Amino acid sequence: MPKAGRLALAIFIFALAFGMGVWGVAAYLRIQPANVNFAAGHRPGQPVDLTAQTVGTFGTGVHADWVSYLVKAPDGRWAHSTQWVLPAYTRVNMTILEYDGGTPLRNPVWGLVRGVRGGYYTLNGTKKVSLLQSSSATTLVAHTFTVPAMGINVPLYAVPSSNLCAVAPCSLKEPHETIKFSFYTGHPGQYRWQCFIPCGLGYLDGNGGPMDTLGYMAGFLKVV
Amino acid sequence: MSDIGRPSTLPDGSGGPRGPNMPHFARLFAIWLLGTAIVEPVLYFLVWPHIPPGTMTDAARGAQFDALVLTMVASPVVIAVLEYYLYAMIVWRQKSNEPLEDGPPIWGHFGVQASWIAITSAIVMGAFVFGTYELINTSGAGGGEGPSPIWTPSKAHDMLTVQVIGQQWLWTYRYPQFGGFETPELILPDHTTIAFHVTSLDVIHDFWAYQLGVKADANPDVDNVAFATTNETGRFTVRCDELCGIWHGAMYNYGYVVSPTAFYKWATSTEKRLAPLTKLLPKFAWTYNPSTNGAGGGFYPSTDPFYQVYEYEYGGSGKEGNLPAVHVSSSGWKPSLAGAHQVHERR
Amino acid sequence: MTATTTELGAGAAGYRPAATRLAHPWLSPSVITAFLGGAAGYGIGHWIGNYIASDYAVVENTGQNNVAVVLALFFGVLGFIAGIGAFNYPLLKLLGYQPEEQPPVDDWTKYFRFSTDHKVVGKQYLVGVIGMFFIGGLFAMAIRTELTNPTTHFFSPDIYLQIVSEHGTIMMMMATSLVVGPLGNFLVPLMIGSRRMAFPRLEAASFWIFIAGLMVILTALPLGGFDTGWTGYAPLQTQAEPGMDAYLVGFGTIGTGMVLNGFNQIVTIVNYRAPGMRWSRLPIFVWSMLATSFLLTLATPVLFVAGWFGVLDRTAQTAFFVNTHGGSSYLWENLFWFFGHPEVYIMAIPGFGLVGEMLPVFTRKPLFAYRVGAAGMFGVALLSFFVWQHHLFVSGINPDMRPVFMLTTELISIPTGFIYLIGMGTLWRAKIRFTVPMMFCLAMYFNFLIGGITGVYNSDVPVDVTIHGSFFVMAHFHYTIMGGLVFAFFGAVYYYTPLLTGKMLNNTLAKIHFWWMFIAFNFTFFPLFIVGFLGMPRRVFEYAPRLQVLNDWASASAYMLGMSFLVFVVNFVWSVWIDPKPAPANPWQSLGLEWQLPAYKMPWYNFEHLPIVLSDPYHYGEREALPVAHLQGVLAFAGAGAGGGLASAGASGYGPQISPAGMEPEGDGPPMSEQ
Repeated sequence: MPKAGRLALAIFIFALAFGMGVWGVAAYLRIQPANVNFAAGHRPGQPVDLTAQTVGTFGTGVHADWVSYLVKAPDGRWAHSTQWVLPAYTRVNMTILEYDGGTPLRNPVWGLVRGVRGGYYTLNGTKKVSLLQSSSATTLVAHTFTVPAMGINVPLYAVPSSNLCAVAPCSLKEPHETIKFSFYTGHPGQYRWQCFIPCGLGYLDGNGGPMDTLGYMAGFLKVV
Repeated sequence: MSDIGRPSTLPDGSGGPRGPNMPHFARLFAIWLLGTAIVEPVLYFLVWPHIPPGTMTDAARGAQFDALVLTMVASPVVIAVLEYYLYAMIVWRQKSNEPLEDGPPIWGHFGVQASWIAITSAIVMGAFVFGTYELINTSGAGGGEGPSPIWTPSKAHDMLTVQVIGQQWLWTYRYPQFGGFETPELILPDHTTIAFHVTSLDVIHDFWAYQLGVKADANPDVDNVAFATTNETGRFTVRCDELCGIWHGAMYNYGYVVSPTAFYKWATSTEKRLAPLTKLLPKFAWTYNPSTNGAGGGFYPSTDPFYQVYEYEYGGSGKEGNLPAVHVSSSGWKPSLAGAHQVHERR
Repeated sequence: MTATTTELGAGAAGYRPAATRLAHPWLSPSVITAFLGGAAGYGIGHWIGNYIASDYAVVENTGQNNVAVVLALFFGVLGFIAGIGAFNYPLLKLLGYQPEEQPPVDDWTKYFRFSTDHKVVGKQYLVGVIGMFFIGGLFAMAIRTELTNPTTHFFSPDIYLQIVSEHGTIMMMMATSLVVGPLGNFLVPLMIGSRRMAFPRLEAASFWIFIAGLMVILTALPLGGFDTGWTGYAPLQTQAEPGMDAYLVGFGTIGTGMVLNGFNQIVTIVNYRAPGMRWSRLPIFVWSMLATSFLLTLATPVLFVAGWFGVLDRTAQTAFFVNTHGGSSYLWENLFWFFGHPEVYIMAIPGFGLVGEMLPVFTRKPLFAYRVGAAGMFGVALLSFFVWQHHLFVSGINPDMRPVFMLTTELISIPTGFIYLIGMGTLWRAKIRFTVPMMFCLAMYFNFLIGGITGVYNSDVPVDVTIHGSFFVMAHFHYTIMGGLVFAFFGAVYYYTPLLTGKMLNNTLAKIHFWWMFIAFNFTFFPLFIVGFLGMPRRVFEYAPRLQVLNDWASASAYMLGMSFLVFVVNFVWSVWIDPKPAPANPWQSLGLEWQLPAYKMPWYNFEHLPIVLSDPYHYGEREALPVAHLQGVLAFAGAGAGGGLASAGASGYGPQISPAGMEPEGDGPPMSEQ
């Protein structure tokens, strides 16, 4: 092969390798759940209403068997994302629609409600819950919403029935618990949040799979 | 072709056994002496107070002093090697305006080889002896000693026991001398010997209290004990130091060392406040095996002989299934006992 | 195959096998059939796994079938190796046929095939390890990108851990074969005067197994990655997604290649030395290969077993590593590090050997205290089996063990220090020629000094309580492995390219590469010592904001370090392939046996008559020294009997240069001309 041909081939191979690298990063490594923005268009002083749901099986897609959080975006659609952008120094009124059954807490310390206004949440409109006991006999806890850096921990009451919603997003017609509480965002920053119930069914200690993957049981509160 | 003591000769045959070597050796020694004379006092007087992890506990102080000693021993070695290489590159080079020629065929030198082995062995053995002394002197240097520690502090009766529980992905702390309440906060009293009993509920974590100079792996079903005696009040950082999954990098919290009376007030008030929660917690034990029923993810099937029908199995000092004899003083812990422990003053 | 193998005497028939019929170019086994075999095996394995395990409770609950993944990868590797033709010879023999002994093809496609020519395997390995190094390096750039900001995250934390784990695992898998693969396989037969390695088919297979292992570990990413880091601690390992299976199968695959490589080296060095090649005449590089090969052969099976236990835990729900079911998380830690510590000496000792080989050439002096150096390598190799618990000082091991392992770890620095003894002794009153390989050797000594001294800090338990698991450890092993081994490797690439290819690399670009890489490397990793001592753990995506400046400096320098390799790639591809210029014979004027003949154009069987070795290759400065070997009639094509063997005095610069007939005689003046 003449020199010019070899040079052209070398450049082609290099460009191919470079392109594969860029593709790998952009199309695979940089995949993240989309940010759901509650701070855009927010008026200072007004509280933010945030509604989320937890489902027992996502039902579709690559991880159909996994539990997951979903959030209701400002436009009303249910978004499969756990990265929520919130305004700083704002009160957030959070509603969680809990569609999943319960398992025992690996560490019952997470049964105590912390970091929310009043130290309790309202269950189904009437009952005030500040401490949940869970054991194999009384599995009342489905998931938690825990933001360690903000000191927030909310153990979510489980749905007692066995006819659970199997495909996300679930509608209000399916059996669920409605949990309402309120917290204050404070300083700007990225605050990670997670669930402390080991709800990764089929994984050792229940902490793999959805627990270990952003977009399911783990996420960020991006306070701006 | 033997290594042993060939006289060195230059290609033109000149030079006896010592002739061409002495000037180089003398120069190198002088440069080394000068470098060491500058660096060592700088290390001792200026650098020592700033060596991590600081002086917040005796373990931290011991580690700081140990690092100083290692640096003061290593610096002359580094100076010697670096200056030798630089000297060689400058002095013993093939100059481009001279014809190409070879160097003197020096195969070895018994004296050099023997001294090298002797000196390096002495340095290394010295480092070992000193490191072991420092390890014993600080009751394990803040490192996890496993469930049967052999270097324990002398005044064990006024120790504060804190159980550190690692779980994916946050640390919680239990205080058995205050009824065994569990909290994500870590507050410690000053001038007190603390026994950290580190364990895990799932995978391997590592409790690293940086300014306290304490590091102990948290293994499931293992009670890893580390000791430190606090000297100063202040804030310290706790980080997880063993990769444990997605939030390993976010598994950190601050801790505070406060005065013994402030600590006592905090501990008793928290004990009262968290009493309803403490009733729901498993009874205090050195290790915990949370039920694999659901809280274990169902990895092992229900026909597994280890499948548990009760809530928790308690481990005591490595023995499966014993109800623990909790090794705490029957009177709990009182601030008046703090300060009775003599803190060794260094410097 | 013809010919008796008499070595001596002009006129006696030498070893000259008959020409073979070249096999069909497209239907003969090649990398294409290997990939086809691998894909078929992957599919078969996956199907079998689904058939077996799709009704397991864990498979139904998670939606992921680890049995299928493990079997797919295992059969994929088997299919790949079958496709490259590694099983053809044994199968044909088994069935009673008489298969060909020698390599079937001699054109450019031989580099993409299963070749029993050790020189071809060496060059295949060279491209393979450099390619793997760059892939791992790209992951490293991704890591440093993430760490530019303590709170804003470029990657999500789970993907970041996958990147960290892939970087570490790819680099460790590559580094075990970085020198033993290309240079061990190419140089050892030439240095000992042998026609081949002892087991050429195993040697060829070990390369393709290496490639299969690389494919497996890259497959981890599409399978969901693994988040345990390269150390793979259980029980996090048991909890991880199917990418973990790729880690376990990948290490098993690479481990198999390592054992085969090591075993091959030992048998070759012990049994295939030419007449006159006594142990006392063996080049120091061959000693380093021998010491490394003992570690390869003896330590790797432990990893294999640990990986097998891990696979069983993940697929068959055994509990080797799960405390709550009678196993122990300590078991993985100890098995892994029992392999892991000899592993890092598998990486360090070849670097020592390369530097020991190059230093005499560019100082023009014998290697100082040669026997002490060789003994030091074996001392390091032996002691490396006794130090592994220094990775576990704070993990809750029996506390009595901590002073013991502190002692053994401190002791291992004594034989390691011998490398500095022989280096410094060789430099004493030398005539140093500052060629690019020499600069890499000196840089290796500088970097390894820092790496080695910081190792002493790690071995001291009270200080280790602060620095274990932090960036201090990370900087320590990057200084020893990258600063030591990789620098020595690049020096050897510049040094040996004329021998491997017959072409010189451009000297100006080489110097640019060296300085850029050396400065960028130190700027990248030195701040990380400080960052680690100030409290930053490894494998974290968030760190204290006060450490941001140091991290940013390291990240910027890491980008510079990555770009320095572009200079190398451009130089290598241009000088060897696009616009090659022939190199003079023995351009470095080395006395080594491997340099006395043009290896790049020797046939696959190297010599017609074996050389008779007369002395070791370090007699620089001695006018009356014997030549390194009697080379008369060794190469028929160069003109049997014409001239003698090369006179070592000539090669050392004392007299006129004499080169084998058929090659251009060297003129006066330095051969290291600027190009």
